[in-house]
Amino acid sequence: MQFYSSPSFFLALTALALPAVVLGLTGRSIKRYGEAASLIMLALLFSASPMQLACFAVFVVVAVAGTFATLASWRSGRCSLAVFRVSLASVLAPLVLYKLTAAAGAGVAGFIGISYVTFRAVQVLIEIRDGLITELTLGDYLYFLTFFAQITSGPIDRSRRFLADANGTPGRRAYADLLTRGILLLLAGAVLELVLATMAKGFFDPASVPTGTPSLTALPVSGAAREVVRAYAYGIYLFWDFAGYSYMAMGASYLFGIRCPTNFRAPWRACDLKDFWNRWHITLSTWLRDFVFMRFTRAAMRRRWFSSRLTTACAGYLVNMVLMGAWHGLTVDFLAYGLYHGVLLAATEVYQKRSAFYKRHRRERWYRLLSWAVTLQLVIFGFSLFSGQLTQIVGGIIHG
Amino acid sequence: MVENDNDRRALAARKEKIADEVLDLIGEVCDDDAVRDERDLDLFEAGLLDSLAAIELLVGIEERFGVDIAPTAVERSEMNTPNKIIYQIAVRL
Repeated sequence: MQFYSSPSFFLALTALALPAVVLGLTGRSIKRYGEAASLIMLALLFSASPMQLACFAVFVVVAVAGTFATLASWRSGRCSLAVFRVSLASVLAPLVLYKLTAAAGAGVAGFIGISYVTFRAVQVLIEIRDGLITELTLGDYLYFLTFFAQITSGPIDRSRRFLADANGTPGRRAYADLLTRGILLLLAGAVLELVLATMAKGFFDPASVPTGTPSLTALPVSGAAREVVRAYAYGIYLFWDFAGYSYMAMGASYLFGIRCPTNFRAPWRACDLKDFWNRWHITLSTWLRDFVFMRFTRAAMRRRWFSSRLTTACAGYLVNMVLMGAWHGLTVDFLAYGLYHGVLLAATEVYQKRSAFYKRHRRERWYRLLSWAVTLQLVIFGFSLFSGQLTQIVGGIIHG
Repeated sequence: MVENDNDRRALAARKEKIADEVLDLIGEVCDDDAVRDERDLDLFEAGLLDSLAAIELLVGIEERFGVDIAPTAVERSEMNTPNKIIYQIAVRL
């Protein structure tokens, strides 16, 4: 069963959500039932692939062992950094192994949602080390780590936020509000992902859509203009597809009383690239900000690696975005995409901190409009790296 | 965290004691001494703090007060003015 696209998924979701709705509307706790429903959905998700199920099970066992060993160490006051580091390495190992072997041709240890459960497991471990998580039950941990609505592609929720929702009872009124918004999000997301994204895809990859659907072949463009249309269409497709998915994941979470954070906030209105990353795949960029960028810059400042704050920021952006690219996949396209955004964010930082021109005009209407237009082109160009379109074109030129 | 009058008085005393040094630190990080006079100014909105300057502030707090505040320990809305920063350090001393 494919989550958020197979008809059987929506049937199962509807059937399993009904008892949650009754519990919520009568002001009772949804958690116990939610855990059971989530398990059923996971069973359906992995039903077609026992191999993936086995890899998922191994991951969960490793994550539980590492997380609770670290928690025990911190609760006892020993606070062993060795235990923490070994746990962190073992939680990251399956994803790293999968990405490395996938780059070599055959992905080992992979399963649906591996990236997203890894993000969640790492957040819990780091916050245990930071002393922010001092109490955690096995049931709560597993519910957070493997909650079905967010397992395949996020959004990347945070454990303390998630568990406050799961362990709380919203009350009839608040739940009725969540339910209404949840249903609307599910419907809007379905239209975005299943209808609009499919249509946009036809203008990027005409072969992928059924004949008769309006597509690129109907447009009187060729050569460079055709590639520009494809680049824009891909950006639009990616947004509708992923935002659509994310809205549905939010909606499904709402039905179970979980106020899943939003993943997109009008990304096309971004006025610069920093603004763009605050609007695009927000739960990923804030996760990277909190657990990579801020940790790296903090270490750099403590140890005086760089002479200035600006250099530290630039290095932080590069490390952060190259890692983001590598996480998407160890291919030329994804690594170039990460490096591209790392360099651009560093350049944006230098420009905004140093340029008197920027400081003088940044609040003026014409400047904001110009900055918005430039940002949009940079974003679309980045997506053409991401989609492989650019390497395809370059390859075409080289090989004639 | 603050439960009774005694605790409250102790906290107020600690805040008083560190206020000057914290304001110095914020002034250095923001490169602007105006923070001394506007202790309820939202530093992020005023463009005086961004995520990087915030990290510099956390490292500065660690070095000068021995108080370790993890990047995800405090919501931005709980640490966005000089007064709130003083409070967050004082409750951890």
